[in-house]
Amino acid sequence: MDKTARLDEIVAAHAGRDGPLLPILNDIQAEFGCVDEAAKRHLAAALNLSRAEVHGVVSFYHDFKSVPSKLPVLKLCRAEACQARGGEALAADIAAAAKEKCEIEAVYCLGLCSVGPNAMIGQDVHARLDVQKLTRLIESL
Amino acid sequence: MRIAISDDALALACGADAVAEAIAKAAPDAEIMRVSSWGMSWLEPLVEVDGIGYGPATVSDVAAILDGSSSLNIGKIADYPFIARQQRLTFARAGITQPLDLEDYQATGGWLGLAQAREIGPDAIIETVTGSGLRGRGGAGFPAGIKWKTVAGADGPQKYIVCNADEGDSGTFADRMLMEGDPYCLIEGMAIAGLAVGADKGFIYARSEYPHAIAKLNAAILVSAHIVAPFEIEVRVGAGAYVCGEETSLLESLEGKRGEVRAKPPLPALEGLFGMPTVVNNVLTLAAVPYILANGAKAYADYGMGRSRGTMPIQLAGNIKHGGLFETAFGITLGELVNDIGCGTESGRPVKAVQVGGPLGAYHPASDFHLPFDYEAFTAADGLIGHGGIVVFDESVDMLSQARFAMEFCAVESCGKCTPCRLGSVRGMEVLDRIKAGGRATADPIESLPQMHNAPKQGRSVDEELSLVTDLCETMKFGSLCALGGFTPYPVMSAIKHWPEDFGKAADMVKDKS
Repeated sequence: MDKTARLDEIVAAHAGRDGPLLPILNDIQAEFGCVDEAAKRHLAAALNLSRAEVHGVVSFYHDFKSVPSKLPVLKLCRAEACQARGGEALAADIAAAAKEKCEIEAVYCLGLCSVGPNAMIGQDVHARLDVQKLTRLIESL
Repeated sequence: MRIAISDDALALACGADAVAEAIAKAAPDAEIMRVSSWGMSWLEPLVEVDGIGYGPATVSDVAAILDGSSSLNIGKIADYPFIARQQRLTFARAGITQPLDLEDYQATGGWLGLAQAREIGPDAIIETVTGSGLRGRGGAGFPAGIKWKTVAGADGPQKYIVCNADEGDSGTFADRMLMEGDPYCLIEGMAIAGLAVGADKGFIYARSEYPHAIAKLNAAILVSAHIVAPFEIEVRVGAGAYVCGEETSLLESLEGKRGEVRAKPPLPALEGLFGMPTVVNNVLTLAAVPYILANGAKAYADYGMGRSRGTMPIQLAGNIKHGGLFETAFGITLGELVNDIGCGTESGRPVKAVQVGGPLGAYHPASDFHLPFDYEAFTAADGLIGHGGIVVFDESVDMLSQARFAMEFCAVESCGKCTPCRLGSVRGMEVLDRIKAGGRATADPIESLPQMHNAPKQGRSVDEELSLVTDLCETMKFGSLCALGGFTPYPVMSAIKHWPEDFGKAADMVKDKS
């Protein structure tokens, strides 16, 4: 199935919902890894919005990317509770090792604040990380 | 043998699945239940064998746990001091029930509140909630009963109940635990709110960082739809914007727009979602309601102090030995929470600072440990209790870095609608960077221009930079549209006030003496 047809399917799946743009964008991001220019124009036409309105929404939220990431994404928590448990030093120590294997993205809180530093890959969460554990995790990607 | 292991995201992140699998293999006859979490994070994965707890368990501990010889034995969990000292009303089922099991829910008093609400009707429901003294647990502390009354009295062809589950504050996880561990409780609370104000549609706005909670909620909504009918609930997922935890920004986001804050008035209670009268309450507020309806206003209001009635699920996080969820009546002191219950820092070094109330909450030194957990007491101490998160830092923390982080976080997450927040946070970062560098030796090129009449034409000392950041914080506090820009000054100014030495003041004082 080509991408346009799939976009139409996603839009149709949310038909009848009030204010459907965000759920639609979440689905597109999950499926294609990004919300690109073509998708924005297509959505604008399908939902009777201007392209600028759709772009405004897409660019507002951190979750929506304009190009898909080439490597697996590891979200490393950089918020205060993880900072208090050595998260910043860990982020610095791991940056070099991660370069070829994954993209490290900052996330502010995964709600596991008493067992940090924490990370999330896809929907899997990992706690009590140190350099060894995180290195192993990255190597397993 | 009855074995219980949590399937809460925190337990999973600590390896609960592997332990559960190993137990299933080693004891094929045992009944293994995946329950909610007791909230003792340092013990996760916690394995409960016929009431006795073992934790934190790894796969290699399984054999010893099953034959009872493991040194991880903490005794009977219900009698363990961290649990026994709590007053659990909202989290009464934590650790005990299977989150999606309707029979478990019913057997532990589930749906009693809703039944009572149906019997007494809207006016009496609102009266009961008002009488309980329940205040918004999301941070603002607005009386829930008054908000409901406003919505009930408003005219509109459609009304909505919106549950704010965008729990973005670092150091908070009670919403997540409740949604994962007791989703029917939230559903029941929303259905009661719907009855009270005349709304038949509810939205739960959950953050995208909580996939486990979203899955549990969706499953629970499906299973319980016939019980709460005609009330309907839909889960909406955010997209990584912290500011969407602000109620008007959340409503914009629900409508499919940029999560930009709205100016108030109009209040969401009168013109909220899609312009209709809307109740916006936090997860913990709505989840407290079934208890209040089932047991009466007085049963709830008997807990607490002053105008802070009932219990607060407090979250102990950061560098703390015994972190987790501790629900107790208002009035417990900060020192008791950090030292007696949390047992001090995990690193074993002295506590330097405690941030209460998330990224927008103040940093408190140990000299504030006498403060009782109470909305008014924290406000009087230039702080806030927010959503009840407590993040502990040991002496290795640099408060200048924390103040800078507060500004940086505000800059990253600002919705951009108002200037004090959007620009002030960036300027704040720059000034704090200059303070770190010891002030500025030479004049700023822009400030040196002849048309900049009132700008200084030479460098700035650390003291001058500090007065600049103080001035900036004043502007942000009183000029911002919402709490993001308005409360960012709390962590910044509290850090400067309590730890001036981290901002180069000590160096200055030493210089003065010499």
